[in-house]
Amino acid sequence: MLNIIQIPRRLRKYSVLPGFGLSLGYALLYLGLIVLLPLSAIVTRTAQLSWEQFWATVTDDRVVASYRLTFGASLAAALLNAVFGLLVAWVIVRYRFPGRKLVDAMVDLPFALPTAVAGIALTTLYARNGWIGQWLEPLGIKVAYTPLGIIVALTFIGLPFVVRTVQPVLEDMSREVEEAAASLGARPWQTFRRVILPELLPAVLTGFTLAFARALGEYGSVVFISGNMPMRTEITPLLIITKLEQYQYSEATAIAVVMLAASFVLLLVINLLQRWLSVRSGQSA
Amino acid sequence: MTISTTIDRPAARFRQIRVERLVRRLLQIALVVLALLFLTAFLIVPLVAVFYEALRDGVGAYLESLQEPDAWAAIKLTLLVASIAVPLNLMFGVVASWAIAKFEFVGKSVLTTLIDLPFAVSPVISGLIYVLLFGLHGWFGPWLIEHNIQIIFAVPGIVLATMFVTFPFVARELIPLMAAQGTEEEQAAISLGASGWKTFWLVTLPNIKWGLLYGVILCNARAMGEFGAVSVVSGHIRGQTNTMPLHVEVLYNEYNFVAAFAVGSLLALLALVTLAAKSFIEWNQRRSRTSHETITGEGQ
Amino acid sequence: MSIEVRNISKTFGNYTALKSVSLRIDGGELIALLGPSGSGKTTLLRIIAGLERPDDSDAAVLFDDEDVTWREVGERQVGFVFQHYALFRHMTVFENVAFGLRVRPRSRRPSKAQIREKVRELLRLVQLESLEHRYPTQLSGGQRQRVALARALAVEPRILLLDEPFGALDAKVRQELRRWLRRLHEEIHVTTVFVTHDQEEALEVADRIVVMNEGKIEQIGTPDQVFHQPANEFVMKFLGQVNLFHGRVEGGRGIFGSLVLDSGGQELADARAARLLVRPHELDLLPSPNGRPSVKVKVTRIQAAGPVVRVELADERGQQLQAELTHAQRRELNLTVGDIVHVSPRDARIFVDDYSI
Repeated sequence: MLNIIQIPRRLRKYSVLPGFGLSLGYALLYLGLIVLLPLSAIVTRTAQLSWEQFWATVTDDRVVASYRLTFGASLAAALLNAVFGLLVAWVIVRYRFPGRKLVDAMVDLPFALPTAVAGIALTTLYARNGWIGQWLEPLGIKVAYTPLGIIVALTFIGLPFVVRTVQPVLEDMSREVEEAAASLGARPWQTFRRVILPELLPAVLTGFTLAFARALGEYGSVVFISGNMPMRTEITPLLIITKLEQYQYSEATAIAVVMLAASFVLLLVINLLQRWLSVRSGQSA
Repeated sequence: MTISTTIDRPAARFRQIRVERLVRRLLQIALVVLALLFLTAFLIVPLVAVFYEALRDGVGAYLESLQEPDAWAAIKLTLLVASIAVPLNLMFGVVASWAIAKFEFVGKSVLTTLIDLPFAVSPVISGLIYVLLFGLHGWFGPWLIEHNIQIIFAVPGIVLATMFVTFPFVARELIPLMAAQGTEEEQAAISLGASGWKTFWLVTLPNIKWGLLYGVILCNARAMGEFGAVSVVSGHIRGQTNTMPLHVEVLYNEYNFVAAFAVGSLLALLALVTLAAKSFIEWNQRRSRTSHETITGEGQ
Repeated sequence: MSIEVRNISKTFGNYTALKSVSLRIDGGELIALLGPSGSGKTTLLRIIAGLERPDDSDAAVLFDDEDVTWREVGERQVGFVFQHYALFRHMTVFENVAFGLRVRPRSRRPSKAQIREKVRELLRLVQLESLEHRYPTQLSGGQRQRVALARALAVEPRILLLDEPFGALDAKVRQELRRWLRRLHEEIHVTTVFVTHDQEEALEVADRIVVMNEGKIEQIGTPDQVFHQPANEFVMKFLGQVNLFHGRVEGGRGIFGSLVLDSGGQELADARAARLLVRPHELDLLPSPNGRPSVKVKVTRIQAAGPVVRVELADERGQQLQAELTHAQRRELNLTVGDIVHVSPRDARIFVDDYSI
């Protein structure tokens, strides 16, 4: 078998299966060309800026306002998803009701529905004369073209994360634990708060962080509903595009670096959370 | 206090149990209704709205807006992009999972994390990096102009950006699946004299075919629906570099709502087909797993 | 076909699985590699098969004196039966057994009819003719085991290797399959090596047993030899229950509390720490010492349900002992819990610093 890269013996365990060198070589090459090389362009491009230029770009008032909006709206949406995601997962796993399977399948809709389609649909619904917007208007609540609209869009795209991380944990959770709690005299609410919720916490946190990370970078569903007013409803990804369209490549890249840094921190957090999750589920199994 | 004085009498105790059961039942119904309301507002209503708005002026107007040349061009471009990006990522996914799941080597977890990287990157940045590489002022920009090759604001850029955002899908499905299946079956095949290729085709592939399909379906849905990354690199040239999602945006911004939702409804249909296929695969896998368990249960 | 391994060492990271092991197996033998988990027995089997590689270049694996050390598993013509069978789950029983024939290069591949005939013959041999259309998940554990065996035999292996062949089965099926494997071996007479951690299994099935511990071979011998003439303390302890007495050797005699034993014709060098090992059935229970070296003990429990009577005893310092009597012996002694009796070893082995003397 063709060995593109010779791995020293001590770095890999012997196996009778062939194709390790070839498959690893191909995987690394493809990964390098499609992912790592392009991503490294960000770093080198930023390096062309002086520190002062970089700092001035990423702390510009308009940019900071966009961070505040993006992080705030993402946080709010992720929190909403944590609460309702837990509820939806609980209802799907624990209760039997007509249409349960359909509901279970539909939860993944935000993963499958292109964000642009979600964006125009939500905008139409929450506009002043839209199906939902017309009921909120008399109450003085404006959704479309306000930060609230951004939260709605980000809630939509982050909806499956908490449900899908909590669901398997809840399915695996032994009923015996609850019965044990009940036999020890715990009331249902106490059982939920002291036994079930702590068990689900790692999963909820993982789902929350995943939804938050996804919301930070989201663009397609937000641009339609946000109105895109600088300082007020302009999210950071949109700002990057605006800078690009004005051929301010370096500024766009500088802002992108800040976003990437935030994403990587979140990726690290998610990895740690998942390790915690697997340790937890390993212990309970 | 009233409870503690009455529970000594069986009839009262019985009544108390019935009340408790009723409360629990009502709580259940309340939770289900609340969850369904949330899902209806956030999932069902938007989905229905897409089709409603598309058909607002009747089926004739709907079909007409789909037959428009620019819409056709967008549909064809989307299919073209997916038909390049998905097979390439499929091949990568299979090859990478073979290396990662079937062998032990140093740096395995780092590699796995790197494969997931595109999921952590904002779609806008996914497009930006290709502009930095191949754009007018990018690394390879001058060289490309010299040789009259256009990548950014052209089809190759769209394909590359799509490949980036859909990069992890197949590998991500296959790595845990192949790792869980272990290498014993492959070792058995090799020990029986099968070559590496035969082992892969006859033993490994049949075992992962459902996971593979699952990954391909998700990969395809994202490839056809990607908006942010493609938006950065496409240049929005009508009839040439507009994919379906981009075309939806163009139509919407021109206040041509019926046409926008008509094209959008095709993408929504794709989403529904994706969900149906996904549910079918999950159902199929669960069924085979449970039948496996019951039969081995009898056998032992 | 004979097998010889020389100087096989194998480490996995910091863990040493085998320490320079050498072994010769004659053609047609049925050999058990016996040892506790982590003793390196499975690693040795996998190295013989070619599924693992030895660490050092001076290591050698020879089949009929032909060096196959660096030859791929597929070229060695070995039949390997995996611990969890590793049946191809998407293939029927028939397809599983036919696999090894169907993947041969076209020039060496038998015709479809020949494959069919061969597979049917093998399924008859393992008594599974009626199940050829079943999938592995539709079979019981014992049936899967036999499919795995038929699949391994289909390639007409020169050597048959089985990794814990009965490990995943329940006790009754295990009993049947052991005897069946013995008969099968007599029928096909292929050199066979199997790995087990169950001493009863090894004793019952194998022609010779290789007892392994911590990556080394402790003893090689027939079931009789390893059971009755254990080479060392480990082998004796691993092959059945033992009673252990601590003591010393002085002036050619073993002194274990009130038990003083002669060398029994063997030379005993003086030693400060010696151990006396006696199997439960080699302890005699006597109403009085009668001049034999003995220890006074109290009967703490009698378990008479079964072919032999198991008696638990405790000496004056509270040390637990076990003895086995026949029902007749027990009646003769009129033994009940609380009785004081004297135990005397009929047969015993003294070990000093892991050397049998």
